[in-house]
Amino acid sequence: MASSDVARQPDKGVRPLNLAGHVGFDSLPDQLVNKSIYQGFCFNILCIGETGIGKSTLMDTLFNTNFENFESSHFEPQVKLRAQTYDLQESNVRLRLTVVNTVGFGDQMNKQESYQPVVDYIDRQFESYLQEELKIKRSLHNYHDSRVHACLYFISPSGHSLKSLDLVTMKKLDSKVNIIPVIAKADTISKSELHKFKIKIMSELVSNGVQIYQFPLDDETVAKVNTTMNGHLPFAVVGSTEEVSVGNKMVKARQYPWGVVQVENENHCDFVKLREMLICVNMEDLREQTHTRHYELYRRCKLEEMGFKDTDPECKPVSLQQTYEAKRQEFLLELQRREDEMRQMFVQRVKEKEAELKDAERELQSRFEQLKRLHADEKAQLEEKKRLLDEDQSSFSKRRAAAQLLQAQSLTANGKKDKDRKNSGFM
Amino acid sequence: HHVRTCYNTRTKKSCLSCSSLLEKQYVGFATLPNQVHRKSVKKGFDFTLMVAGESGMGKSTLVNSLFLTDLYKDRKLLNAEERINQTVEIIKHTVDIEEKGVKLKLTIVDTPGFGDAVNNNECWKPITDYIDQQFEQYFRDESGLNRKNIQDNRVHCCLYFIPPFGHGLRPVDVEFMKALHEKVNIIPLIAKADCLTPNEIKKLKDRIREEIDRFGIKVYQFPECDSDEDEEFKQLDKELKVTFSGRTRVKIKTTARGQRVRGRLYPWGIVEVENQSHCDFVKLRNMLIRSHMHDLKDVTCDVHYENYRAQCIQEMTSKLAQDNRMESPIPILPLSTPDVDTEKLIKMKDEELKRMQEMLNKMQQQMHDKDQ
Repeated sequence: MASSDVARQPDKGVRPLNLAGHVGFDSLPDQLVNKSIYQGFCFNILCIGETGIGKSTLMDTLFNTNFENFESSHFEPQVKLRAQTYDLQESNVRLRLTVVNTVGFGDQMNKQESYQPVVDYIDRQFESYLQEELKIKRSLHNYHDSRVHACLYFISPSGHSLKSLDLVTMKKLDSKVNIIPVIAKADTISKSELHKFKIKIMSELVSNGVQIYQFPLDDETVAKVNTTMNGHLPFAVVGSTEEVSVGNKMVKARQYPWGVVQVENENHCDFVKLREMLICVNMEDLREQTHTRHYELYRRCKLEEMGFKDTDPECKPVSLQQTYEAKRQEFLLELQRREDEMRQMFVQRVKEKEAELKDAERELQSRFEQLKRLHADEKAQLEEKKRLLDEDQSSFSKRRAAAQLLQAQSLTANGKKDKDRKNSGFM
Repeated sequence: HHVRTCYNTRTKKSCLSCSSLLEKQYVGFATLPNQVHRKSVKKGFDFTLMVAGESGMGKSTLVNSLFLTDLYKDRKLLNAEERINQTVEIIKHTVDIEEKGVKLKLTIVDTPGFGDAVNNNECWKPITDYIDQQFEQYFRDESGLNRKNIQDNRVHCCLYFIPPFGHGLRPVDVEFMKALHEKVNIIPLIAKADCLTPNEIKKLKDRIREEIDRFGIKVYQFPECDSDEDEEFKQLDKELKVTFSGRTRVKIKTTARGQRVRGRLYPWGIVEVENQSHCDFVKLRNMLIRSHMHDLKDVTCDVHYENYRAQCIQEMTSKLAQDNRMESPIPILPLSTPDVDTEKLIKMKDEELKRMQEMLNKMQQQMHDKDQ
């Protein structure tokens, strides 16, 4: 049966319609939420900061738990990353949290390559997701997403400005991950110093073009609180898992001889703000940004490297079949060309070798001839000498023969004489 | 680490003001569902529903009743003569509807002409082609470099209307469902069920269920309910595992009790659309829209689409293998093991290269020797 292939759309564009009653699709968000709760959530935080700056303590404080922590030494030869995964639950929400800490960051004498292991780690997680996405049989909804959703960058509380290592590192990371800078150990800075410090840091970031994560303003329900919080960046935090009694309560705090720094007191530090922004309000947005912005950028670069393009030269959307055929032709031509090239090269080299060999042969031939001549000459000379020698010899032997003869003759003559004498004697 | 928190599951709000009074246990990620909710409402939803069945089965009326709106203004109905050689068309209607702040872009895919002609061999082909086209379009978009605004036009659900006048499934029904059951979620419906008594309906449902099993047709299975849900709901679920019978007519009538209801007026009484003892319309609406709409989308994405994609890639890679490691037009993982032919060819070429190399070496050696 013949059929029309194209779907007709009698209405131009999408028209809004009014409903005559309650249909019930307003439950769609709830259906989605139920599914998410059933599947569980997942979040990955990367903490970058110098050894001892308080990364692990802050994580413990944020998540109200004691992750297994080790004190790192200052003598690591290279920056490494240590990742640990935990399953947490709060009310009916399950969260698979992965905390990645840098080890030995900022300790080496030469810190030029310090950022590289971090970049490599982030790229590896992207690559792993990309591999899964490109598989033939893939299960993306079951995939444990290990991509880094948020990066807390711990700034040393020097009170002056960022360190050069900070700038270099953040510049390398700002297009790969959501960076949230925090001022660590903020209980060493006074309020007025802190204010100046924050302004200096932000202006340094802006003037160097470092793009840190901005809390999103597109949703009216949270735009207001996010705008306020954006103005408090970077958050000055204090972490502590120890409890001190203040008033009649036990609170997380640090006890000094001169007073108690309470972690959750907004007058003392920005910990509550960080927790609010990072976890309560924008966790989902951090994940979404990672997926739709950072990951897509990585993917696009990677695929372009591999040689994929989006549209053919005329910029018309092409069917799979056509693209395949085109690529195939291209490939076959390329193959043919390379084969021809190789063949030509081979022929060329053979010719060259042949020529060389011929030259060598000729040279050898001429040398041979030369030698032969030499040889012939010498031979002739020798023959001459031999002849002379022979002559000498023959003349010598003649002379000797003659001499012998003479001698023999003289002997016989003498003998005869003797005989004669003898003979004559007797008479 | 079970933590107590001030998260109200009914109002779905996290009580932030009292969180500071709450003990040290509070972390705050229990608000994640809330964040997801907020973001999804902002983004809006979309859903594509296909309706298939012969003319006059009440498809348009059902859709209008389900969504309480009139999608089919200015529709032209063909008469019998015009339908002898009727071809199956695919017509899309897309509308934006909103309810309590939740926006839904609803697309209804109509298939007029299905089963209407005298010769209906392969009348489902335009429909399967359409579904495949949407899959292919999505596959291309998903594999492209710029994935900012991908439109999802894949068909999430297909309501198939079975006429109530026979004894069960007819060949065209079986053929259609078998052609589509691995490409789309099929929900079979018994149309115009107000011509059957409850007993007849039960018989027909059982008959159809049995035939569906026998022919190996895979219809959409509603996933098991959570243990939270009512027992009654579970009971309903078992009953409507396979078929619904629906009857609708957008007319608001008053019953004897003076209520205004949607129904069909007959001399012998009013068939109320939303009366559960009259028909399963309410069950259908609840399942399709209120509880499983999202699951229908998920099954389409995770099962039907993935199957299509895997098949597509396998066809492509087998072609690639014949062409000796040609580069793929779509980003997919390279073949890990080339097949036998390719291997042989690779070996041959390798050996040729080796021979050439050896010859060159020999010549070089000869030269070297002669120099000595």
